[in-house]
Parts: sequence; C-alpha cells; structure tokens
Amino acid sequence: MPTLARFAERLTTPLLPADYLDVINPLLSAAALRGRITAVLPETADAATVVIRPGRGWPAHTPGQYLRLGVDVDGVRHWRAYSITSAADRCVTITVKAVPGGRVSEHLVRRAAIGTLVHLQAPAGDFTLDAAPGAAVLFVTAGSGITPVMGMLRGLAPSAVRDIVVVHSAPSAAEVIFGAELRRLAADGRIRLVEVHTRTDGRLDAARLDVLVPDWRQRHTFACGPAELLDDLERRWAAEQLTGRLHVERFRTAFTALGEGGRATFSATGATVDADGATSLLETGESAGVLMPSGCRMGICFGCVAPLRAGAVRDLRSGEITTAGDGVLVQTCVSAAAGDCDIEL
Amino acid sequence: MTALQRLTPNPIAHLSAQDIENLGADLDALRAQVIADRGERDAAYIRGVIAAQRRLELGSRAVLLFSLFPPAWVIGTAGLAVSKIIENMEIGHNVMHGQWDWMRDPAIHSTTWEWDNASPAELWKHAHNEVHHTYTNVLGRDNDLGYGIMRVDEDQRWKPFYLAQPLWNAINACLFEYGIAAYDLQIGKYLKGRVDKADFRRRARQVLAKVRRQATRDYVLHPLLSGPSAVTTFTANLTANLARNLWTHAVIMCGHFPEGVQTFQKTSIDGETRGEWYLRQMLGSANISGSPALHFMTGNLSFQIEHHLFPDLPSNRYAEIAPQVAEVFERYGLTYTTGSLPRQVFSAWRKIIRLSLPNDVGSTVATALAEKVGARAA
Repeated sequence: MPTLARFAERLTTPLLPADYLDVINPLLSAAALRGRITAVLPETADAATVVIRPGRGWPAHTPGQYLRLGVDVDGVRHWRAYSITSAADRCVTITVKAVPGGRVSEHLVRRAAIGTLVHLQAPAGDFTLDAAPGAAVLFVTAGSGITPVMGMLRGLAPSAVRDIVVVHSAPSAAEVIFGAELRRLAADGRIRLVEVHTRTDGRLDAARLDVLVPDWRQRHTFACGPAELLDDLERRWAAEQLTGRLHVERFRTAFTALGEGGRATFSATGATVDADGATSLLETGESAGVLMPSGCRMGICFGCVAPLRAGAVRDLRSGEITTAGDGVLVQTCVSAAAGDCDIEL
Repeated sequence: MTALQRLTPNPIAHLSAQDIENLGADLDALRAQVIADRGERDAAYIRGVIAAQRRLELGSRAVLLFSLFPPAWVIGTAGLAVSKIIENMEIGHNVMHGQWDWMRDPAIHSTTWEWDNASPAELWKHAHNEVHHTYTNVLGRDNDLGYGIMRVDEDQRWKPFYLAQPLWNAINACLFEYGIAAYDLQIGKYLKGRVDKADFRRRARQVLAKVRRQATRDYVLHPLLSGPSAVTTFTANLTANLARNLWTHAVIMCGHFPEGVQTFQKTSIDGETRGEWYLRQMLGSANISGSPALHFMTGNLSFQIEHHLFPDLPSNRYAEIAPQVAEVFERYGLTYTTGSLPRQVFSAWRKIIRLSLPNDVGSTVATALAEKVGARAA
C-alpha cells in the first residue's frame, strides 16, 4: 500500500520508518540486508565456519557465489567478500581463514561473538556450475580456495551424476579445510579426491596437475587459490587454446603497478588526505572517514566507481593512468593517487 | 569584554611564540591519544544513545495518542521534549560534526544525518562547522556573536535596534529552531543584498520544505492519529518543541556569551598558526559545570572548550579529557572559564541586557544594578 508507506514516512520524518523498526529488531528491515552470527565452528587451527542467520529479504544464491559481509571491528565497519559454503539459505555459512595480521579474518575466526549483527550485500559472482554444461568437472584448489568449491559440492543434488575430480593443496593433511567431509565424499564415490600436501609433496602447479589428472583437457576446470597457482593454470590452458574451459576465482587482485601518491581530495565530503601510491583510494578514503561505496573490493564488480574530478590516478593492476575529465569514472578499489587528485565522494 | 587585542592586561601577554607552539603540540598529542584509543566502546555508546532516544520518542508519541488523559499528556510531553533535546544535542549536533564518521556507518555519518529541527542539516553544517568553528569569536567574521540581532561585545557598534535585544533574545529562545533556520539561511545578508538571489531562493525552498515536513508531523499527523486527543496532542508537540527551544537556546548562550569569554579582532587571525587557533578556541569558549546528567542533556556542549579544541572527537570523550585540558590551561597561565548552569545563563543574560545600551551607559547601569543586587560583577 503505497499511501500507507508514504503516510508512515511523513510521520517519521526526518527518519524513515525502518529506522525505528531497527531499534526493535534490525533483522526486520527489508531495505538493508543484515544477519546475525549464530555460531562460529572451528574447521582447522586457523579457519572457522561462521554461521549467519540472514534477516528479511535475503535472496537465494547459486552455489559457488560469494557474499559481501560488513562487520564492525573495534567500532569500525569493514567489508569483505567471502564464498558461501552452505547450500541452503535459511542459514548461510562462510568459512574464513585467518590471514596473519588480517583485521577482519582474525576477528571472525578468533573473536566474533554469537549474536553479532552483520551487514550483507546480495550474493554475486559467476563462479558456478552453470558455466559447465558438461558432466565432467575438475576442481583445482589450494588453501581457502576450497570454500566456493565446497559450496558447489554441497549444493549438488544427491541424484546428480557428475564425474568430479577435486585436486586440493594444503600444507598438510590436518590443514585441509573440510578435510573430513571431502574424504567422506570420496569414500562414498561422489568425487575422486587428490590431496597434495605441500610440506611433504611439494607445490601444486600446472605440470603436476597434468600428471595427477591426465584427462584435464576433457573437463571444465574450476580453480581457486593463490595467484601464482592461478596464473600458472591460465598460462597452461591458454597454451592449449582451452581458455574457455578454465574458470578462475581470485580472492585478491595483484597490485603490481604502484602510483606516485599525492594529496587526495574527496570533494563531496570535504576531506583531503595524503595518499600513498600503494594504497587504493578506497582504503585511503575510508581511513579518512569518507563513506566509500564498495563491492568486491578487487576491481571486478564496479561497485566502487566514482567520478574523478581532478588530477590523475593509476590502476594498481595494470599501471594505466586515468586523468580527470567530464564523466571520467574510476574504480577506487584498484586505483591509487598518481599525483594530487579529486574524487567526488 | 572587548576584543582580546585591546585588553589591558592582555590575558596572553605572558606567552611567547614558542609557548604557543608548545601549547599546540601538547593539544595535538592529547588529540592523537584519543584517536588511537577510539574504538568499540565509543561505537557502542552512540548506538546505545540513538536506540534509547528513538525508543523514548516512539514511546512518548504512543503515550500522547491518549493525551486527553492529563497524566498521559504530562508524561508524553516530557518524554518527547527530552527525546528531541537528546536528538538535537547529543546526537544530531555531534554526528553532523563528523564525530562518528570514523565508524564508516552510513546511518551515523555527517554526510547523511538529517536532524529533528527546522533547519536543514546542509545549511546548518555550513553555518556551524565551516563558519562558526573556523572564525570562532572573531568580531566581524563569527556571526554567532549575536546572530546578527544582538550585540554581545563592547567592540560591536551600538545601534538603537539593540535596545530591544533582551526582547529579541527572549523571542529567539521561544522560536529557536526557526531562529537557527533563518540564521543558517542568512536572511540578514540577503536583506542587505549580499547574497546571490538564485542561491538564496534555492536554500529558502529547502528550509520551507523542512519546516513544512516537521510541522506536518508534529501539528497535523500526530494529532490526527490521536483521534479524540487531537487537540491535546497538538499542544503536547507545541510544548515539547518549545521546551527544546528554550533549553537548547540557554545552553548555546552559555557557550560563548558568559563573562570571561574573549573575542578577537578581525585581522588578528591572519596567518594564524595551529597553536594560535587552539588558543583562540580555549579563550573564546566557556564550559558549564554540573552532573553527568547535565553534561548529557547539553549534548556535552557543557564541555564547550573541549568541543572547540576538538570538534570532531566523539562527545563521550570530552568529559574524560577535560582534566587534562584544564591542566594545560593551568600550565600556560590561562583562565578556564566555567560555572554552574544558572550562573552562566545569568551571566549571558546580564551581558545581553548591559550591551543593549551604549558602552558607557551600559556599564554605569550595570555597576549600579550590581551594587543594588549584590551580585559579583564580571
């Protein structure tokens, strides 16, 4: 009833009815996606599964997709993207590996309290089995790269008959996240599991993969793990003109080209800060208290684009310089100041 | 008071340029300390205050649906008045100062907050954050020195218009939210032809839209929802808004009008260093002493000095750093102006009455009155 909604807005001005609803129960709001942490379950010594009960409006996800999570650490809201490891939607799980010195991952794995309110953005990503029409699939993962794959494996209908090979690399058997579940799937004949324990077996790379899974050319391959592994796989697939059969999920984008740094102005907010050439303008703005829109935080989703009003920025991935002009937009998450610049946020 | 530069003895004559720089460094260090420590408990504080204020407002308006029943009118009106005061002072003023921007929460941010007041946030932020806090107490630059309708310093030229300033002040107190809106709209400047007409019209439309939304909510919709209690809910909202106006006006007067607060000549701030800026904030502001409840209800503007030194530090921190700030005053031989609420309000009113008359006349009358009443002169 639009008139009832309008009446409610006029009654709560300058706030919105949702703002009052939020003090009663923040999960009732359909406008903002939120959830509560209902459990934190250790997986390995430095990884844990965080179980989240989403509030109203949480859409269904396709296994393999990721969600964006906003969590308050020491009073400050930080956003990160995590692969969804659950199949169901009523309780969504993510599995976080604590990165040494990582503000959010350390907090989630070691200190997050049950009942904590978290903020969510809808599931996104195309690292899903929809990309692989054929039945034969190869998953190549390392470390926390197993997480989107686990989501896909758990999302498989029990009746689905697929020829699945999982090659997973971790320092040792004990450090394989979801180790027990993967081995059970293998024992049940649902998958063929190959574990590479780097501490004893050495590194996993494209050459090794060739030996482990000789028929890789006939499969659709889904790879997720450190940049070096993914780069190596991409080179190998490209060399054999099979790029279309390799699907890669990167958790981090490599910043290889640094900017010069300079004074960054965020003209809509009126903040000016010194920006160094190695830090993205997204992080620079956030540190200055500017409200910076963001999404995947790695240059893929364009959720962070903002107008560049003056000066120049350098793309941290490619080194490309973008200079200000009418209608020039830049992705703040992968751009650094190349001299003084003005972002309209 | 006249401008500090014309005072003998000059309250800062004993400070060398190096002293002032050291003062600046000391205060910078204090600020850095707070920022390093700022975290979860501060976030929990503001969220708690916001949740409590919204519950109080919701509850009070619900009670007022039955305002025909006198106890409901009293309880609802009191609750609504308190919730409006908290929203304007402890929450709105402080959020719009950017004190909570560090949390990166778009719901509690200076760029998105709209407060429960006739003046639109955008206009208020310009008049307050940009003008008042930059040109604090500089004669001819800081319009908060009298708001254009009163004379609050001997160095402001007297005009017959000011004879009635006690009356203007009383009227402004009753209508304070509209007074602020008119002030932020710079109506005075517009009438003198010093404001771009198109700009003014746009801002005037903004103000009228905000006033209309606020008035519709308080004087039309809420009464309508109350059915048979419509008239009493109307009077309840009127009373709550009036109470908010009177309280906020009194507290704000105490910030820069009581005796002991310094003003500064226009040219004295050219080339002002950071230490000198701190010094001007220290001497141009006055605190109110009292209980934690008082501090909370003033939105911690009872720590006006601390607020002017560090406008963007979370308000819950002002009480904590006040002893250290007072210690800095002492170390540099400066007077920390403070007093109880009644005393500071009385002091501000006395100045307004005294300066409604030309200088010589004013001080003569004031001295005569003071001798009669037996109160201590400034």
